[in-house]
Amino acid sequence: MTIPTEIRSVLATDCGSTTTKAILIEKVGDGYRQTFRGEAPTTVEAPFEDVTRGVLNAAMEVQELSGRKLVEGEGIVTPANDEGSEGVDIYISTSSAGGGLQLVVGGVVRSMTAESAMRAALGAGAIVMDAFATNDSRKPHEQIERIRQLRPDMILLAGGIDGGTVKHVVALAEMVAAARPRTRLGGSFNLPVIFAGNREVRSEIERLLGDISDLEAVDNVRPVMEREDLGPARDKIHDLFMDHVMAQAPGYNKLMGWTDTPIMPTPAAVGLIMQTIAKRRNINVAGVDIGGATTDVFSVFDGRFNRTVSANLGMSYSVSNVLAEAGLDSILRWVPFDIDEKLLRNRIGNKMIRPTTIPQTLEELKIEQAIAREALRLAFVQHKEFAVELRGVQQERTIADAFRQTGAGATLVKMMKLDLIVGSGGVLSHAPRRVQSMRMMIDAFEPEGVTELAVDSIFMMPHLGVLSSVNEEAATQVFERDCIIYLGTCVAPIGDPGKLPPGGKPALDIKLERSDGTVVERILNTDRLFLVEATREEQVVATVTPLIRSLDLGEGPGKPLRRVLRGGVVGIAFDTRGRSIRVPTEPAARVPRVQDWVAAMDEYPREEGA
Amino acid sequence: MAAIFTPGLTVSERDIVLKDRRLPLEGEVLVEVGAHVGAADVVARTDLPGKIYPTNVANQLGVDPGRLKEFMLKDVGDTVERDELIAKTPGLFGLFVSEATAVTGGTIESISTVTGQVILQAHPIPVEVDAYIDGTVVEVIPGEGCLVQAPAALVQGIFGLGGEVRGDLHMVAMDRTSVLVESDITPDLKGLIIVGGAHIGLGALKRAVEVGVAGIVTGGFDYDDIKELLGYEVGVAITGGEDLGLTLVVTEGFGNIDMAPATFDLLRSKQGSRASINGATQIRAGVIRPEVIVTYDEDGPSEKYVPPEPEGIALGDTVRGIRAPYFGRIGKVGGLPVELTTMESETRVRILEVEFDDGTVVSMPRANVESIEQ
Repeated sequence: MTIPTEIRSVLATDCGSTTTKAILIEKVGDGYRQTFRGEAPTTVEAPFEDVTRGVLNAAMEVQELSGRKLVEGEGIVTPANDEGSEGVDIYISTSSAGGGLQLVVGGVVRSMTAESAMRAALGAGAIVMDAFATNDSRKPHEQIERIRQLRPDMILLAGGIDGGTVKHVVALAEMVAAARPRTRLGGSFNLPVIFAGNREVRSEIERLLGDISDLEAVDNVRPVMEREDLGPARDKIHDLFMDHVMAQAPGYNKLMGWTDTPIMPTPAAVGLIMQTIAKRRNINVAGVDIGGATTDVFSVFDGRFNRTVSANLGMSYSVSNVLAEAGLDSILRWVPFDIDEKLLRNRIGNKMIRPTTIPQTLEELKIEQAIAREALRLAFVQHKEFAVELRGVQQERTIADAFRQTGAGATLVKMMKLDLIVGSGGVLSHAPRRVQSMRMMIDAFEPEGVTELAVDSIFMMPHLGVLSSVNEEAATQVFERDCIIYLGTCVAPIGDPGKLPPGGKPALDIKLERSDGTVVERILNTDRLFLVEATREEQVVATVTPLIRSLDLGEGPGKPLRRVLRGGVVGIAFDTRGRSIRVPTEPAARVPRVQDWVAAMDEYPREEGA
Repeated sequence: MAAIFTPGLTVSERDIVLKDRRLPLEGEVLVEVGAHVGAADVVARTDLPGKIYPTNVANQLGVDPGRLKEFMLKDVGDTVERDELIAKTPGLFGLFVSEATAVTGGTIESISTVTGQVILQAHPIPVEVDAYIDGTVVEVIPGEGCLVQAPAALVQGIFGLGGEVRGDLHMVAMDRTSVLVESDITPDLKGLIIVGGAHIGLGALKRAVEVGVAGIVTGGFDYDDIKELLGYEVGVAITGGEDLGLTLVVTEGFGNIDMAPATFDLLRSKQGSRASINGATQIRAGVIRPEVIVTYDEDGPSEKYVPPEPEGIALGDTVRGIRAPYFGRIGKVGGLPVELTTMESETRVRILEVEFDDGTVVSMPRANVESIEQ
């Protein structure tokens, strides 16, 4: 695999569970642009059982649209010819087909080494099926039974700092040995096991697991109590993903021969692009990718990257699980009309069993977007609980901090310090009106102070993530020009809505000086939304003064905020609903309240009265 | 575009059904290619390894793990019975003797001198796989199982609960719009697979469990009732292992939905026939549909049957709406326009035009219909 020094064209595919998406990136003038896109059903399953079939079909679509020859016989045309008119300079791909990369992790203490192992696995783009520890609440035989049932792609074992406990780490390995776990794919292969624990126990681990697994030892994920070192374990997971998991999935051996860089797990690629954005703009970023079965949340705060996967929160396959976890009342609070509860439950059940349907009526769209708010909210709550001190890469904390952390330390996700939220996934990227995506994200994430919001236009972050590992400049240019759509900015003071004066009292004095010299002035009451249309290019100088002393825009309670705000395809939204947002549960009170918010943002067609 | 590709459920009076009968672990296959098997015949068997029981024997004896082997009365590979003595310390002049006994009958898997743990594996559990349908063995997968094939009537459902059962089909519903209520379920239905119409309520379902009905096929069922029935919500449609006393096959979806005419008529035509049904559902990659199979007492093809690739939906095909506002309605495809159309929700999608029996013609997103394969 030789990467040319000057890249003129790139074909990138993402092999998802159901769809394979291909994009063409070309150098146009001085910069790179995403020019054409195609998609086709993924063909990992019978009757094709060859992922390359779907890749070729998606590439064929791009070929037909672009007129550029990309497919010849049974392969991608690469490198491009001298003129650059046929083929592409490089071909790259990500994959989450077949359920993605699934890991089981283990550590001595659940809140310490087991969590470090979990962070390494999640950072590598894996789904953590379960985490075991010697202080697990389950009995050892129950844990063994569970490991037997799970059939992961690989196991990551941590445990003990270097020079620390031996006995507990060995006990963990004995448990794995007793379970004799089998791989999910390819029954004749030994299960890959990565040992990233106390290096002094390696020989004992080799004795226990060497014969029954493909054992690899790497540097300890927690060499000392105060520091994590997740890189070696994460790199090894990627290697084994290629060598074992991908190599056994139908057609992947062929696909690996076509690509110019290793195939990357889709979430790892998305994580990479999130980190690139945060680094280049020197900002704090949170990102979400809401899919049919799972929702991934990413955050980069002060350079610390975290990723979580909510494995059963999604908009189709897992939609009933959103109902189960959030409860019907939580979903209903976002619905701007009254609806029979039994009917709603049946509709959600029907979406689960026929996951590919799309909302035809406005009422169905509103219900779907209400469910999305709860899926996003729950996934973000889980992320905040996981992304706590010492949960990033190579951070340090004192022993005193470690003891103070009871199960979960202080979250790294400080909403007031969050600069940008990026949304991706069908319900956000393909909402009929962009303002709907903006409101879903505001309601679900409850941004505080001043926060920009954006969506991924056509789900190309995975492609750009893997491209960034080859050519960061090209990836960033396409990201800014064609991938990210800035919706605008949300300005929201924090304040407990329970302590705010009831009945809608003046909350904010807003003064906006626009580029064209006009001035917008508005007194905004509590519990309201207010939208000002403004493009991203416009510089809007805002002076926002809390009229209630307890409200805080990030400058301190009651203190005014003066700064330049940027809009987007939606504009600048002011939100005085307080944090956390409270919605009455009684339909008679709820419906008019939610309808007010809908109207303020012009979220749905007005004739529907919503 | 002459046809669109969308998932459909098979409702076929004459199909070739191929069932994969595999063991969960490697074992012994008891049949050969060409053998005629009955649904209840065992085609493969194996022994599942027993549960694992780790016990810290060093702790129990109060000895250092490194010296554990000195006190073990049993070695790795030895068979022990439950409560049998497996380790003992000599004590002091016969006093202060410590003992450890087996927590289960089984085999000693390992003795650790690092942790002091003794791992016991319980006796293996025999597992047998039957043929599930009457048919012919068309392929043997050595050590794993076989493929059984038969000509049969096949109805695929959309959602189910519970695993494989067999019984005679019995129509309880008068027509496809019937709602089964508690009084419809009588003791003489014991052991039968009963067929309803548009809906079955929770009361009737519980009554069916009480009288020992083997299975229920219904058009609709309330999502709420799953929790009542199982005690937990089914958040993801992966089912089949539920233990609710019978097997449920839902053919249309959640709610009160008339059973499709073709489905109801086919099941009615098989009244009294022996059927094999399975509620197992997996609505993800590697989709599994619940099913009702009635095999024909005749020889089918002796070679493994390869079903034709689905042809997609074309003009004139029968389709069913699978989302509001046309959920459950059946009509014929009257148009497949290519251009994108804006729906009421403002979503821009490819649509198809469907004509219902009453002559009305509506537009629906192509994703919101399924073909009724016949």
